Amino acid sequence: MAYCREEGKDKVIFATKEDLEQPSTALITIEEDPDAEPGLILENGDINWNCPCLGGMASGPCGVQFREAFSCFHYSEADPKGSECYESFKTMQDCMIGYPELYPSKEDAESTAEKLEKQDEFFNTNNSETQEIAEKSEAKS
Amino acid sequence: MYRFASLGKISPLFRGFSTITHNSKHINQVNLQNVRCMGGLQAGWKPERQVAIEQKITLDDIQVPEGSWQESYQKINSKNNMMLIASLGFFGATIFAMLKTGALYLHREPDLKSIEINVETDPEKIKAAAKIAAMDWSTVPDIPPHVPYLLIGAGTASFGAFRAIKSRDPTAKILVIGGEDNIPYMRPPLSKELWFSDDKAAVENLKFTQWNGKERSLFFEPNSFYTEPKKLPYQENGGVAVVTGKRVVKLDAVQKKVYLQDRTEITYDKCLIATGGRPRSLPIIEKASDEVKNRVNLFRTIDDFKRLDKATQKAQSVAIIGGGFLGSELACALGKRASSNKMKVYQVFPESGNMGHVLPEYLSNWTTNKIKSEGVEVLASSKLTSIEAKGRKIVLGLDTGEELSVDQVVVAVGLEPNVELAETSGLELDDVRGGFRVNAELEARSNLWVAGDAACFYDIKLGRRRVEHHDHAVVSGRLAGENMTGAAKPYWHQSMFWSDLGPNVGYEAIGIVDSSLPTVGVFAKATPKDTPKAVVEATGEGIRSETEQEAVPSPPSQVTPSSPKHGEDYGKGVVFYVKDNVVVGIVLWNVFNKMPIARKVIRDGAENEDLYEVAKLFNIHESS
Repeated sequence: MAYCREEGKDKVIFATKEDLEQPSTALITIEEDPDAEPGLILENGDINWNCPCLGGMASGPCGVQFREAFSCFHYSEADPKGSECYESFKTMQDCMIGYPELYPSKEDAESTAEKLEKQDEFFNTNNSETQEIAEKSEAKS
Repeated sequence: MYRFASLGKISPLFRGFSTITHNSKHINQVNLQNVRCMGGLQAGWKPERQVAIEQKITLDDIQVPEGSWQESYQKINSKNNMMLIASLGFFGATIFAMLKTGALYLHREPDLKSIEINVETDPEKIKAAAKIAAMDWSTVPDIPPHVPYLLIGAGTASFGAFRAIKSRDPTAKILVIGGEDNIPYMRPPLSKELWFSDDKAAVENLKFTQWNGKERSLFFEPNSFYTEPKKLPYQENGGVAVVTGKRVVKLDAVQKKVYLQDRTEITYDKCLIATGGRPRSLPIIEKASDEVKNRVNLFRTIDDFKRLDKATQKAQSVAIIGGGFLGSELACALGKRASSNKMKVYQVFPESGNMGHVLPEYLSNWTTNKIKSEGVEVLASSKLTSIEAKGRKIVLGLDTGEELSVDQVVVAVGLEPNVELAETSGLELDDVRGGFRVNAELEARSNLWVAGDAACFYDIKLGRRRVEHHDHAVVSGRLAGENMTGAAKPYWHQSMFWSDLGPNVGYEAIGIVDSSLPTVGVFAKATPKDTPKAVVEATGEGIRSETEQEAVPSPPSQVTPSSPKHGEDYGKGVVFYVKDNVVVGIVLWNVFNKMPIARKVIRDGAENEDLYEVAKLFNIHESS
């Protein structure tokens, strides 16, 4: 059972789990925020180079090479995906070898790209989840 | 005389003359001349008959060969040969001259085999690369005289800015000028994780262990991330260079130029002021003796951390002045240290509870109790009235009449934005909030932006503000960086902040969190899952604003009801700060990863809503 206490201008409500599990009647506009943290892949399929998930990859000393390689992989329609990107990945790796402190990972560049793509899927799922909640709250209102 | 006679036959006029000639012989010569000039029969005229006879061809006219034929032939031939040789020579000379002068250009076929594959083929680039490789760097100025992007200050806001600039302009050349001797680093762990680490070597190397045990460096990027400043203008792919230990003392926004204290001049295309702030002191301490000042610690930088860390290794007692975020966090940190070295820790502040300006009174008091339980003697509602050195101790007099005798004093009473540039450079300051006044796009003047602690900006949703938090520095720095590359975006994405009172109590907040506003708090009993330690263990992220970036609201749960449990210990909950019926701020108390919902509620304003209903959106019981 929820109960309320007032301390001057401050109101305090204590609520049980069941109380709070009742559907909310709040009318909060959860419109899709154009400026929301968009994740690695934007809605139009482009790469969001500003994504915090990239860390310093896109801004570091091999940023240009990384972008080239990752773009190649992302937009690749070859089978297997990215198979035509050998040259750009090679260029990127050649650059990265010069910065062992920054790019210590021994895993090859292509798996990095794959990992990022997976992350990308993760972000997209998350976005759709957000959407779902938005729809739910809309339905409630 | 034959000639004359014939003349007479043709022209009677001439005949008359002839007569005269005949008759007057003494003028003969003269007359002859006259006849010639006056015309008459042409000289050498012959009747046709005569001509025919003369021109009659006879065998006598045929050439008669003479000399050797062979000789003659050779003579002609050798003459022709000479002519041919001379002509060829002349032609050759002409072609040669044309080639030399460039009038004639030969399109040579390239030797396809000899062309190397996969190397730089642009001769300009090869030349440039060769030039850079052969460059004598000792002749190049240490600080480039011109940079496309100049960031003043090497803190968190500059980090946010250069990352945003680089992601929008991949080959950008960015120069960062910082007053400290360090490359950009994050400050939150200085008053949080670094104090809770048992690994002395890691602390020495400024590596902190997140609550989940993962190690991370204080520095945003390692040294090798950055380019050497003097080489910056020559980097084909651009880069970020940091000049440390230098301050910009003047800025000319019209000429787009800055001056360093050593009179170095740098021109820029786009400039960001991210000078941050420095810790405030108290007038009473400013006036105190050097003996006192030597034991007073202000806290902001890595050096300050190292100093306090060292000073409190052996101190028997320490007093913290200030009850805000920093003071309360340091109280918890030093309280933890006290548990091992028996140090006495006092915290003194004028408010009635910790974070009294931020949290509603009941929560503030609860926090104070929490901090007391960490072994800190909290002296609330107390003001410092005197400070002096007595013997080997520093004695603090309080307005309550109490006296504290301590070895070290920490003053954490807020921040003073670094705005000296305004005075020398004619930039506008905000009289009320301090800081450089900028518009919603963080722009102070054309091509000049301000971000972080030093920016007093216009928030479209919540009005004019100045915010002193880590995440705000990241968010505003990033926005400034985007706008420096032409985004023209207003401040819209609300920054958040968080405070951890040790590993077991933490909160996150967004918007205007001011305890003078009416609040509505909805609480539930906490479970062991609801601590900052648990959230970092779950997400692996110590810098909480980064956790929240990745967090997505969990959907409303459909769990089967269990037996009600309620307690009044403010274990976890949501507090709404209301102004004119609109929610302007939210504190998530031991509730984590719900920032996206909070952000939406702030954006919506939840005007005239039942906030109990709004609180349901946060699933506080479910939060992990």
